[in-house]
Amino acid sequence: MRRIVSVLMENEPGALSRVVGLFSQRGYNIESLTVAPTEDATLSRLTLVTIGDDHKIEQVTKNLNKLIDVVKLVDLTEGSHIERELLLVKVRATGAQRDEVKRSVDIFRGQIVDVTSNMYTVQVAGTSEKLDAFLQALGEHTIMEVVRSGVSGIARGEKVLSV
Amino acid sequence: MELLSGGDMLVRALQDEGVDLIFGYPGGSALHIYDAIFRQKKIKHVLVRHEQGATHAADGYARSTGKVGVVLVTSGPGATNAITGIATAYMDSIPMVVISGQVPSDKIGEDAFQETDMVGCSRPIVKHSFLVKNAEEIPAVVKKAFYIASTGRPGPVVIDIPKDVTNPADRFPYRFPEKLRMRSYTPAGKGHTGQIRKAIALLLSAKRPVIYAGGGVVQGEGSEQLTELAQLLNFPVTNTLMGLGAYPGTDRRFLGMLGMHGTFEANTAMHHADVILAVGARFDDRVTNTPGKFCPGAKIIHVDVDPASISKTIVADVPIVGTVKSVLGDMLDMLKASDDQPDQSAIVDWWRQIDDWRERHGIYAAPRYRTDGDMLMPQEVISAVHEITEGDAFVTSDVGQHQMFAAQYYRFNKPRRWINSGGLGTMGFGLPAALGVKIAHPDSDVVCVTGEGSIQMCIQELSTATQYHLPVKILCLNNQALGMVKQWQEMQYEGRLSHSVYEESLPDFVKLAEAYGHLGMKIQHRDELHGKLREAFAIKDRTVFIDVYVDPSEHVYPMQVMPNGSMRDMWLSKTERT
Ligand SMILES: Cc1cc2nc3c(=O)[nH]c(=O)nc-3n(C[C@H](O)[C@H](O)[C@H](O)COP(=O)(O)OP(=O)(O)OC[C@H]3O[C@@H](n4cnc5c(N)ncnc54)[C@H](O)[C@@H]3O)c2cc1C
Ligand SMILES: Cc1ncc(C[n+]2csc(CCOP(=O)(O)OP(=O)(O)O)c2C)c(N)n1
Ligand SMILES: [Mg+2]
Repeated sequence: MRRIVSVLMENEPGALSRVVGLFSQRGYNIESLTVAPTEDATLSRLTLVTIGDDHKIEQVTKNLNKLIDVVKLVDLTEGSHIERELLLVKVRATGAQRDEVKRSVDIFRGQIVDVTSNMYTVQVAGTSEKLDAFLQALGEHTIMEVVRSGVSGIARGEKVLSV
Repeated sequence: MELLSGGDMLVRALQDEGVDLIFGYPGGSALHIYDAIFRQKKIKHVLVRHEQGATHAADGYARSTGKVGVVLVTSGPGATNAITGIATAYMDSIPMVVISGQVPSDKIGEDAFQETDMVGCSRPIVKHSFLVKNAEEIPAVVKKAFYIASTGRPGPVVIDIPKDVTNPADRFPYRFPEKLRMRSYTPAGKGHTGQIRKAIALLLSAKRPVIYAGGGVVQGEGSEQLTELAQLLNFPVTNTLMGLGAYPGTDRRFLGMLGMHGTFEANTAMHHADVILAVGARFDDRVTNTPGKFCPGAKIIHVDVDPASISKTIVADVPIVGTVKSVLGDMLDMLKASDDQPDQSAIVDWWRQIDDWRERHGIYAAPRYRTDGDMLMPQEVISAVHEITEGDAFVTSDVGQHQMFAAQYYRFNKPRRWINSGGLGTMGFGLPAALGVKIAHPDSDVVCVTGEGSIQMCIQELSTATQYHLPVKILCLNNQALGMVKQWQEMQYEGRLSHSVYEESLPDFVKLAEAYGHLGMKIQHRDELHGKLREAFAIKDRTVFIDVYVDPSEHVYPMQVMPNGSMRDMWLSKTERT
């Protein structure tokens, strides 16, 4: 099962390495990980995507909670939630391909954010699945470079993760 | 407000935290701190001979007192030498604070002389760590470090301090925080009442109950509650290696240790149990044997202060997060106030069955080792020490067969008397740990049970014993081999003794002890065992190294069958299997 765990932690040096270290030390998977300070500069918000059965995920969350720097965490996949990932991709686009790429970008509600005579740089935001689909749709057009941000997530409704 | 340098601040903060003893070893990055120690009187510093020794000594001190052990080392090799001892404390959940000097802040990352990323090196084996950035944070960091190390599930905390931060030339106002608030750390306390009620109902319904108690009961000061509960319910109790002494070892309800080298009755009772009350124990693989075959018919109540210990390897039916002391205390109160009382007749058959198991194969019902040969047997040596010390000594141990014989045959009646490395299994632990215990308990007998292999891993601490006049007894069960390794090779590798013997290279331990200024004594025959041991234990003011030659062919039994065995699958001797 794919899980999105959202973590609120002290914005301290070393805190991130403890989280990452925990995953390698205990043999848990990290699919993606994003982190940045919150509106309160003493706190960081970290979103990580991991894969494992219920037992594994229970151990992951318990061990994350055990880290002294972790203030709170929630498994977003337990409830309804919003997840977003940002994709930047450089695509070779010449001649007739230019229109075709542009059409795909429109369908996926992306934006072309940089242009040269041979290529577009495209930005798309959405669920990881949508980004996968977009990359697939680009298909035969040569993808030159892909950057993905990893997933960020937030619960739907009134639920908030805060101290 | 008083102005202090970082070095003085550190020492003052330690004093304000109530520290009176540090084990350490100086070096460049720690010299400002060492100078601050020199200029004060309240804290005693013990100079060990190797930083590993400092950590084990602080560990022994902590295990025998319940206080936090404190270590001070320098950067680089000093810090890395401490790693084994930190990992040892981490695996057994022992409260410890390790202060390491670090290269100056502006040199960090430059591969400076004696630079090691101590926070990085120790990260997987500490409960938490701090890299101090400026002197003003020192008091708060010290306060936090001790709080974290000693509360919840205890563990080691590292404080890494760059040399510039302790510079005597820079002074700052000193204030020790009275209170501490950490929004990200709230250790568990009381257990959930509903869960405790459920647990009680389950316990009262049990026909074949067992209480399985571990190191958490010792560390969490829950022995009194455990003992009262077991006696109120009249339930059988087994202890893990780490839990020995949590329940009186000579009480008739005690089944002995469980697990790989547990007793026949403890392991068999666990296997057939219908309700298991696990307290302060973590279902270690040396206990459960094959998890899929673990106690097939049992409902499990698991009390632990660390939620991550619960349902980690074995799923608990009634999980209770809280301290042993508080949860067992609440259980007792609720039980006593309840209309439902334990029904002794429900477990009569169970006790009859257990007594039968004991009679058949129990190691306490009759000696299960031969006593008619020429050689002394390790079991009889431990039994003799038990008798001579009236079961009241502090016993530290190294790792190997001798450790298991000590665990089986020194029947601990009190908590904090049995001090050994269980989780990491660190050879070299015993002697420095014994010194730490002796400092804390100068009037008690302290015995280090060791092997001729293990003792050589921290033998240099004999010199520390001389300097600080720490008269301990070192009981070396000399089987002239890495016995535990040899046992496995004999059982699983058709007797190919790959590098587990020394080929006549052992030192003369008697002379070695004498070279350090101690007494040495050799025991080889049965008829001299009691006399010489009595003689050794009558000497209270000298360290005595007792080198006892024991039968090198002896194995530790029972031993669970591996791999794929259940709790009750055991070798009972070289030829008998359950
Ligand atoms: C050669 C060798 C052979 C061994 N053979 C055996 C064997 O036969 N049998 C055996 O049992 N072990 C054996 N061990 C030891 C084994 O490796 C483990 O160290 C041991 O089983 C763990 O003991 P424990 O479950 O009591 O846990 P500990 O490591 O003592 O952990 C304590 C548990 O209690 C919890 N806790 C701590 N404080 C509190 C509190 N205040 N309140 C509530 N919970 C608390 C902790 O969170 C933790 O889960 C052997 C080791 C060696 C080196
Ligand atoms: C530091 C370390 N290295 C290796 C081991 C593996 N090991 C476990 S027991 C043992 C043999 C110990 O020999 P000795 O101290 O003579 O004890 P005996 O088993 O003979 O009683 C070894 C090598 C260990 N536990 N610790
Ligand atoms: Mg040996």
